[in-house]
Amino acid sequence: MNRILKSREMLLAIAIVVLIGGVATRFPDFASPLSLAQAFNDTSILIILALAQMSVILTRSIDLSTAANLCFTGMAVAMLNAAHPELPVAVIILVALLWGLALGAFNGLLVWKIGIPPIVVTLGTLTIYRGLTFVLSGGAWVNADKMSASFINFQRQSLVGIPVLSWIALLVIALSYIFLRYTKTGRDVYAVGVNPTAAVYTGIDVGRTKFIAFCISGLISGLAGYLWISRYVIASVEVANGYELNVIAACVIGGISIAGGVGSVAGAVMGALFLGLIGLALPVINVSPFWQLAISGAAILLAIVLNARSEKVAGRIILKKAQSA
Amino acid sequence: MAFVLPPFFCIIMNTPAATAEHKPILELAGISKSFPGVRALHGVNLSLYPGQVTALIGENGAGKSTLVKILTGIYQPDEGKILLHGQQVSFSSAQDAFHRGITAIHQETVLFDDLTVAENIWLGHAPKKAFGLIDWPAMNAKAREVLGRMHAGHIAPEMPLRGLSIANKHLVAVARAMSIDAQVVVMDEPTAALSSKEINELYELIGLLKSQGKAILFISHKFDEIYKIADRFTVFRDGELVGAGLINATPQNAIVKMMVGRAVDRIFPKRQASKGAAVLQVDDLSHPTEFEGLSFNLHAGEILGFYGLIGAGRTEAMKALFGLTRSSRGTITLDGKLLQMRSAEDAINAGIVYVPEERGNQGIAAGLPIFMNISLPSLSRTSKNGVLQLKEELALARAYTQRLDLRAASLSQDVATLSGGNQQKVVIAKWLAMKPKVIILDEPTKGIDIGSKAAVHEFMAQLVGEGMAVIMVSSEIPEILGMSDRVVVMREGLVTADFENKDLTAETLVRAAAGIAA
Amino acid sequence: MSIEIRHIPDRLDSPLSGVLRSWEMLLVIVAVLVFTFNSFASPHFLDVWTLSDMTFNFTEKALIALPMALLIISGEIDLSVAAILALSSTFMGLAMSFGFGTPVLVLVGAVVGLACGAFNGALVTGLKLPSIVVTIGTMSLFRGVAFIILGDQVYKNYPESFDYFGQGYVFWVFSFELVLFLIFAAVFAFLLHFTSFGRRLYFVGRNATSAQFSGVNVKRAKFILFCLTGVMSGVASVLLTSRLGSTRPSIAQGFELEAITMVVLGGVAITGGAGTIPGVVLAALIMGLVTFGFGLLNVPGIVMSIFVGLMLIVVIALPILWRRFVWVMKNDK
Repeated sequence: MNRILKSREMLLAIAIVVLIGGVATRFPDFASPLSLAQAFNDTSILIILALAQMSVILTRSIDLSTAANLCFTGMAVAMLNAAHPELPVAVIILVALLWGLALGAFNGLLVWKIGIPPIVVTLGTLTIYRGLTFVLSGGAWVNADKMSASFINFQRQSLVGIPVLSWIALLVIALSYIFLRYTKTGRDVYAVGVNPTAAVYTGIDVGRTKFIAFCISGLISGLAGYLWISRYVIASVEVANGYELNVIAACVIGGISIAGGVGSVAGAVMGALFLGLIGLALPVINVSPFWQLAISGAAILLAIVLNARSEKVAGRIILKKAQSA
Repeated sequence: MAFVLPPFFCIIMNTPAATAEHKPILELAGISKSFPGVRALHGVNLSLYPGQVTALIGENGAGKSTLVKILTGIYQPDEGKILLHGQQVSFSSAQDAFHRGITAIHQETVLFDDLTVAENIWLGHAPKKAFGLIDWPAMNAKAREVLGRMHAGHIAPEMPLRGLSIANKHLVAVARAMSIDAQVVVMDEPTAALSSKEINELYELIGLLKSQGKAILFISHKFDEIYKIADRFTVFRDGELVGAGLINATPQNAIVKMMVGRAVDRIFPKRQASKGAAVLQVDDLSHPTEFEGLSFNLHAGEILGFYGLIGAGRTEAMKALFGLTRSSRGTITLDGKLLQMRSAEDAINAGIVYVPEERGNQGIAAGLPIFMNISLPSLSRTSKNGVLQLKEELALARAYTQRLDLRAASLSQDVATLSGGNQQKVVIAKWLAMKPKVIILDEPTKGIDIGSKAAVHEFMAQLVGEGMAVIMVSSEIPEILGMSDRVVVMREGLVTADFENKDLTAETLVRAAAGIAA
Repeated sequence: MSIEIRHIPDRLDSPLSGVLRSWEMLLVIVAVLVFTFNSFASPHFLDVWTLSDMTFNFTEKALIALPMALLIISGEIDLSVAAILALSSTFMGLAMSFGFGTPVLVLVGAVVGLACGAFNGALVTGLKLPSIVVTIGTMSLFRGVAFIILGDQVYKNYPESFDYFGQGYVFWVFSFELVLFLIFAAVFAFLLHFTSFGRRLYFVGRNATSAQFSGVNVKRAKFILFCLTGVMSGVASVLLTSRLGSTRPSIAQGFELEAITMVVLGGVAITGGAGTIPGVVLAALIMGLVTFGFGLLNVPGIVMSIFVGLMLIVVIALPILWRRFVWVMKNDK
């Protein structure tokens, strides 16, 4: 059975290699280390968001508000930076994290304490948070000339040849892995998704675990808010509009089961990478960017079909002769 | 020691006085628990002694599962005391009870299929290393050790639980209990889905636990089992304690009387076998992986029992007869007409209906009213041109619930609020309303109290008396022997025997089912 | 066995008390409140022509909410409806550019919708895949195809007769869109509440396994619902394209979430097995009242959607909190 689990991630890894290799046959530069590092950097934000969404999906919930969260926190820190350019980036990031956490906690509280289904809660907060962005900014944009140099450049600096943005992504990957594999709460997240009733009997507070998952999702979305704004140097109400579906798609492609309890950090990362690579490969092979959406859609469908095959529980094999067949 | 009982029913049992070395590990005294509209438990007492198995007996709704939930810390009692090793305690949570040494194994695995065996054993108290991080290698090693102590070394700790058989999953549940050196192990109908070989292995395990001084609370409906492994018993009825004592000092009938409040002499009605013409002919029915070469005849007015061990393929065969699964070859002929079986609709239209094994999951739709559950397959008959006719549906439901003596407050009541026995009546009513020719009952009295069991059997006798043909799949030998006119035995997907129920013995059945040569 | 025949009543409380305590009643109250607020806040609100204008902004989404309600009751969901609408519109524009007339355009719109719905249905029922992720995939696929066909172009030259659907009136203030919606609402209400097909959907949503064991063809029912959702998205596409007079691949962005909000606000349980069409119609009306009312007050759309989001959460939370309050009161004695 472990073999099957490994093979889901393995399939994805092979798909990524094939994708890169395929493009590289015509455009060898695509597979160069520099280009691949660039691809990782460009996909970093998606990877971070997919890891955030992953914990929520593992608990059999869903968070449709991540992009709206990102939009709001991004605007908040952009405005903060515009008003107080002297504040160090560390403070900016802290503020982003706190706002993200607050928004995520709001989702989590509604799910935990009131018991509203997560899809309904986040369907609501999706519009609330984005609307609040408008209220906060009065509809105005914040663009590059209002942002301080340190704000913009922080993630672009190179450390040992790798941009800080990529380092942040690697850090989030490492922390997610440690959390989900080595902490009790992380294992609780899996337990809640696999069997919520049994989780209660084992003493796990299901509601609280879901709350924590939403807090994590919010926290990381907040971080992503700062990263997005500083990367694209624009903060507006339209930022990341509809992006939450890309994030969920990345998780689905990565083998995170929408039914909860199944999925790995490696899978989420590779799912995000795969989606990101498609977007980067298209202009390289001269396919019009208008094809990107359809190809992503096809990739998602393919991933679902393949994942379903490996999750399928076979009918009972009772006949002895059928067992050895 | 005499136990005080409700005024209209009093039995003084013959039990030895508790001596110093036989002090109970766990005692419940005067426990009461109520829920909105329901008084689940009222002033019950229970004592669990080290190295002894206490059987907890009672009809469905008698309060057993509520008691287990209080024992394991999931519920808090409204009144009463819990004494652990003589000290009064209160469990703040399930986790708290677990860590104080009280564990439970439930009928359906209450474990995590997608987590590994080791993680299932150690969830919540996994060995940790620096910074509070889980130490996986240590967890695997310790799991291996605990499993070894239980003679279950064949289970690999790194395997996901999903691939294990139910018997092995029970072993993992027990391993979880052993991992904290639990003092009290509650087993709730643990043998419900086990083969007889696996049941014997469970008995051995229970013996092992007894020898280690653990107290075991064993909940079961099966008297032969209770009399084989239990030392003591406690009987609940309607949330109250009605009797307790030693097994070897109490005849079975006395316990049954306590459970039901009346003597139930026969749960198998006496009847004349009035076999009519052959109604159903099944020839060489086969499935690629589940069963093969199934051939038998079924007559009107006949009860055909299907016996076999768990996993013999009986339910799979019945599902094919009902059109839920596709057979790969073979024919089904009803009243001389060859049937094309592509879906359940085909079977129902032909006159074959199926009362499934799992009432809750497969038989009823919880949350919807009784009358809608009953009218569902009959909608095309009660509706006019596809338009619903509520009057007709209610009339239909009224007729059949009266016939089956259903106990409910109203026909619009949520079917999920009924007891197991009454839910089964709703399922049967649903199918009778279709006026079938053949009715297949899959474990019809599983998990039902003895009073309702008798009612269902009585009713089956009525049905065949009226000329219906009945197939009864059952794993309970007394039921097979008591009800069937003929018995088909299956083993590993094949039919191994086809007996007339004349001088048929349990031994013969078991041999045929287990493949033991005569 | 008892000798006397036990008489079980058909129901314990009167049907009227059931209605009064229902979700739909709550929605009626909310609708009345919003209507009243609007009439005080905006002087022109109570004009029939204003009210008629208001209906334009929610009927297309409400048309999609009708089959979506049935789909969610049966335990599935379809996030690709807006994308289906976009693709239908794109194909209609394509047909238009080949010179086809209005009747053909309408047919194309409906057929494309049907085909997309059937595609969704085949994946969900045929391959047994969860509808939420399938329709996230097809959502991208369908709109992606629209982008491939149209790119950043626009179809603009729809024939004049085509304008009637989205801009025309049947009688006095009643627009074609409104009348069409009311007709379909009646049809869907009849289908869900008065036919055996509709009754079976509730069973499928509560427990698909036991429905199947009772002889219900679960796959066929769900497939039909996906097709229905697709067709209605196509019909909505005709209306919207006609009203806007143009087609862009980005048309109807966000419609799916608004339609789902209408359904959930309307009292349909997101897990399936419960809900009514009158509830959905009321919810659509409420959302229309709110968005239009705010529009009259010059509140920007995006701020208005805060209110919609809040309303969704509050309306869902209220009964849960109320039930808890009642239980606590009862048990404090």
